[in-house]
Amino acid sequence: MAYDTTVLVIGGGSTGCGIARDLAMRGVEVTLLERGNLTHGTTGRMHGLLHSGGRYAVSDQASARECIDENIILRDIAGHCVEMTGGLFVQRPEDPDDYFQQKLSGCKECDIPARVLSGGEAREIEPHLAKDVKRAIEVPDGAVDPFRLCVANAIDAERHGARIETHAEVIDLLRDGDDIYGVTVRHDSGPGKRTHKTPGSTEDITAEYVVNASGAWAGQIGDMADLEVAVRPSKGVMTIMNVRQVDTVINRCRPKGDADIIVPHETTAILGTTDEEVSDPDDYPEAQWEVDMMIDTLSELVPILQDARTIRSFWGVRPLYEPPGTGTEDPTDITRDFFLLDHAERDGVTGMTSIVGGKLTTYRLMAEQIADHVCAQLGHQASCATADEPLPGSENLEALETAMDDFGLRSPVARRSKQRLGSRSQEVLDTNEPNPVICNCESVTRAEIRDAIEQSGSDLNAVRIRTRASMGNCQGGFCTHLIANELVDEYDEPTARAAYDELLQERWKGQRHALWGEQLSQAMLSYALHATTFNADGDTARSGQAIDFAAFDSGQSDSSGGTTGRATTDGGTQRTDQGGDR
Amino acid sequence: MAITDDVLVIGGGLAGITAALSAAEYDTQVRLISYKQSTLRHASGLIDVLGYTPDGQGPLANPFDTLEELPVGHPYERVGTDAVRDALLFFDAVTDDAYAGGHTDANALVPTSSGAVKPTARYPAGVESGLASDPRDTLLVGFERLPEFNAPLAAAHLEATGVPFDVRGVTLDFPGIRRDDAKVIRYAHILDHDERVDIGRGETVARPVLAALVSDHLDGESRVGFPPVLGDDNHDVVRRDLEERLGVDVFEVPSGPPSLPGLRLEDLLYDALEEAGVRVTTGVEVVDYDSSNGHIDHAVVDRTGQRVPYQADEYVLATGGLVGKGIDSERERVFEPLFDCHVEHAGDRYEWFDGDAFGDHPFARYGVSVDAELRPQKADGTVEFENLRAAGSVLGGYDFAAEKSGSGVSLATGFIAGVRAGEVGQ
Repeated sequence: MAYDTTVLVIGGGSTGCGIARDLAMRGVEVTLLERGNLTHGTTGRMHGLLHSGGRYAVSDQASARECIDENIILRDIAGHCVEMTGGLFVQRPEDPDDYFQQKLSGCKECDIPARVLSGGEAREIEPHLAKDVKRAIEVPDGAVDPFRLCVANAIDAERHGARIETHAEVIDLLRDGDDIYGVTVRHDSGPGKRTHKTPGSTEDITAEYVVNASGAWAGQIGDMADLEVAVRPSKGVMTIMNVRQVDTVINRCRPKGDADIIVPHETTAILGTTDEEVSDPDDYPEAQWEVDMMIDTLSELVPILQDARTIRSFWGVRPLYEPPGTGTEDPTDITRDFFLLDHAERDGVTGMTSIVGGKLTTYRLMAEQIADHVCAQLGHQASCATADEPLPGSENLEALETAMDDFGLRSPVARRSKQRLGSRSQEVLDTNEPNPVICNCESVTRAEIRDAIEQSGSDLNAVRIRTRASMGNCQGGFCTHLIANELVDEYDEPTARAAYDELLQERWKGQRHALWGEQLSQAMLSYALHATTFNADGDTARSGQAIDFAAFDSGQSDSSGGTTGRATTDGGTQRTDQGGDR
Repeated sequence: MAITDDVLVIGGGLAGITAALSAAEYDTQVRLISYKQSTLRHASGLIDVLGYTPDGQGPLANPFDTLEELPVGHPYERVGTDAVRDALLFFDAVTDDAYAGGHTDANALVPTSSGAVKPTARYPAGVESGLASDPRDTLLVGFERLPEFNAPLAAAHLEATGVPFDVRGVTLDFPGIRRDDAKVIRYAHILDHDERVDIGRGETVARPVLAALVSDHLDGESRVGFPPVLGDDNHDVVRRDLEERLGVDVFEVPSGPPSLPGLRLEDLLYDALEEAGVRVTTGVEVVDYDSSNGHIDHAVVDRTGQRVPYQADEYVLATGGLVGKGIDSERERVFEPLFDCHVEHAGDRYEWFDGDAFGDHPFARYGVSVDAELRPQKADGTVEFENLRAAGSVLGGYDFAAEKSGSGVSLATGFIAGVRAGEVGQ
């Protein structure tokens, strides 16, 4: 039969986008489906650590070796997504000496560059470390922007002919006997870029081969074809600070435990994390004690965190997997390795493979292995090039600085733009149009916002992950409306308004876990601005309520209307039906 | 040596200024002391009194119909409806012809930069010809490098609210602005001083050039709305000059921060303070106080590291709410940081907010509770200090953002706190 696409990939996280890019570069026709935005699942909810492998050097050396290999590759092919901060495994006086030694020798066994620093030397690198830290091991950890990385893979996949559909939820697998031949997908607003308030549609997409790369949701996809994929979703909290208290990744050097890592990330620092199995990756408690524990425990390493300002917290769900019969009780003991489950071999059902487990640092390797597997199934002869071909934005990075003007922007703004766009800077910023700053916290200009809108349509959360707009201290308080204003050339007013409402709500969601001190004040300011000046909560364009304009003051000099002191006749409607009003 | 006055007002926002001005009506020496910039610069410059009831009914055509029905503990209930009227009259007298709306009890619906309309009781005179109940067709003008106000979008939004007129928006290049990141004050100064600009159209100074650009787009409309950058010191002159050149009414569309209308109001009120003989000390923080027998003896002010006592008979606490830091919080508690006045709040911080961005947020109502004399009360209902009154958003019991009542509460409570302090202090 004639298929709609050769390979269909389910899941727009780093793994799925990596697979789509790899296959597309090998000349395979590929379609990727993601139910939300790219990175919507676990990729967009991680701490941004580019592993050196140090974290697994004692417990999971196979993973550790993969990490250091991929760490080196990503610096090369994804330079504009990576910041090589370096990392420290810091030992406090109460932390065990023998574990420190195991960590050190483990790193050496896995070819991870490692050197021991005294407490004093460690504090020279990171002055905010506690005065009593004993010593540290320095490793090549880094920070990676998962959004930029994932989107760059998707852009490159599209350049090589792939079809990428976001807001496209797989609601069924098409199975004929013992063969899976496609999926049924529900489009949020029809195929292509998302447009708010556009009615959706469903579509059957047939494929010669299906790859289930839906991570923590792989079990739910498996269920659609009565296949058991026993992922064990495990949640972890991450708390974002308003500034970088540290410029180096700080790990606690002890066997295992919650709240043991601080990752400097862009303008912030991210504290992590917990590890707790959950039954449903879409519905789990987000608890106050988890946030408190991040701050209190990590303050033992970096005391100024105790009174520092956090801007939000978020939770991610790891797609942990272990082969049937392993029976590990504690999720922290489950391997971080990844598994390729060919359902033909495992279940006697052809046409689909699931990939589970793994982590962002090794996404490319996972994609390579599954692409190899898929090509073998298809009888397609082509080799992997993703370890050598730079991602869009990371081409000729070394030439960038010298070849580029500063586009007439204040140089700190231009510098931030360049960090985000990498080698795409010229293409995006070289515009003859006025280019004011839209998001001041993160220095994002109109040109970047419009470039992102061109990529992702009217979805401002997709714009956000591409640009970092609204991800700084004000959490969108001062810029949500400005970002929405930029939609107006392409979209109508109701679309822009719906997009504004959605972004404001999303930004609120994560801030709720940071509402005390400075951030509560910031939240009140933001609430007051949007409710008071913009009247977004009482807006009758949103509620559909009719106003008797003649009952209100029309000005002293106006003779055409404007009565005094008359009660509204229709103002008694509750404003609760639409628009999230009280 | 202590600095001594009759009345000491702590806080330089709308409530504090009003309190100082109304106390100065009596035979008293009044001092106003402020630390940070006031939140007026974030505000739209509109003076709202009550746009919605606490349970969300509205927009209210007449706030005075509802004031009597507010729950016990609401600041308006504390001071009474007559106080609200008196405070508005007082404000009208202070602002004179800079503000309008005093001819009626009815609220006006003012289009703001989002294109939504906001119910408000007083508004700058430069806003008047833009009111949404005025049925004349309207042209909105935005500028390329001012992303805050997107005129075509605001026009479409206004039409979606059902306004009784046609409205269009156009986006122009502002004459004389070349930098992408020019501040709004720069736009205002170009118009204030009618600076030289040359865009090759014959005219060479800013106001005629701007008028000519706008004129090209007029299509029968009899009023034109601009973002609030029409001059700072010479706002009236700029607006009238543009009106003359265009032959139509010109108005401003209030927007978010940084807000020139808020700054203009601030300037006007500080001039009034000076005229009223109020001593103003800015940029210093009250860090401590001394009291005896439930009576404040003096406040302690940090002046570049030196602790200086400021003594008065009567004190007014007008330090603002969560935004202005008159109310502060930690992970475990919400508190009033200066005198540690009681602030009622839930023990669990996850009960301080609602899950919806515009939900019913308890934090928005956190503040000190007061008796009918506006004296902060302890948890048991007794007063904290005999000679301390509170005014403005440091007060609890109302959500100014949802009700659109922030300015009105500041005026009414500031006015009454000042009157009471003045009566006692004279």
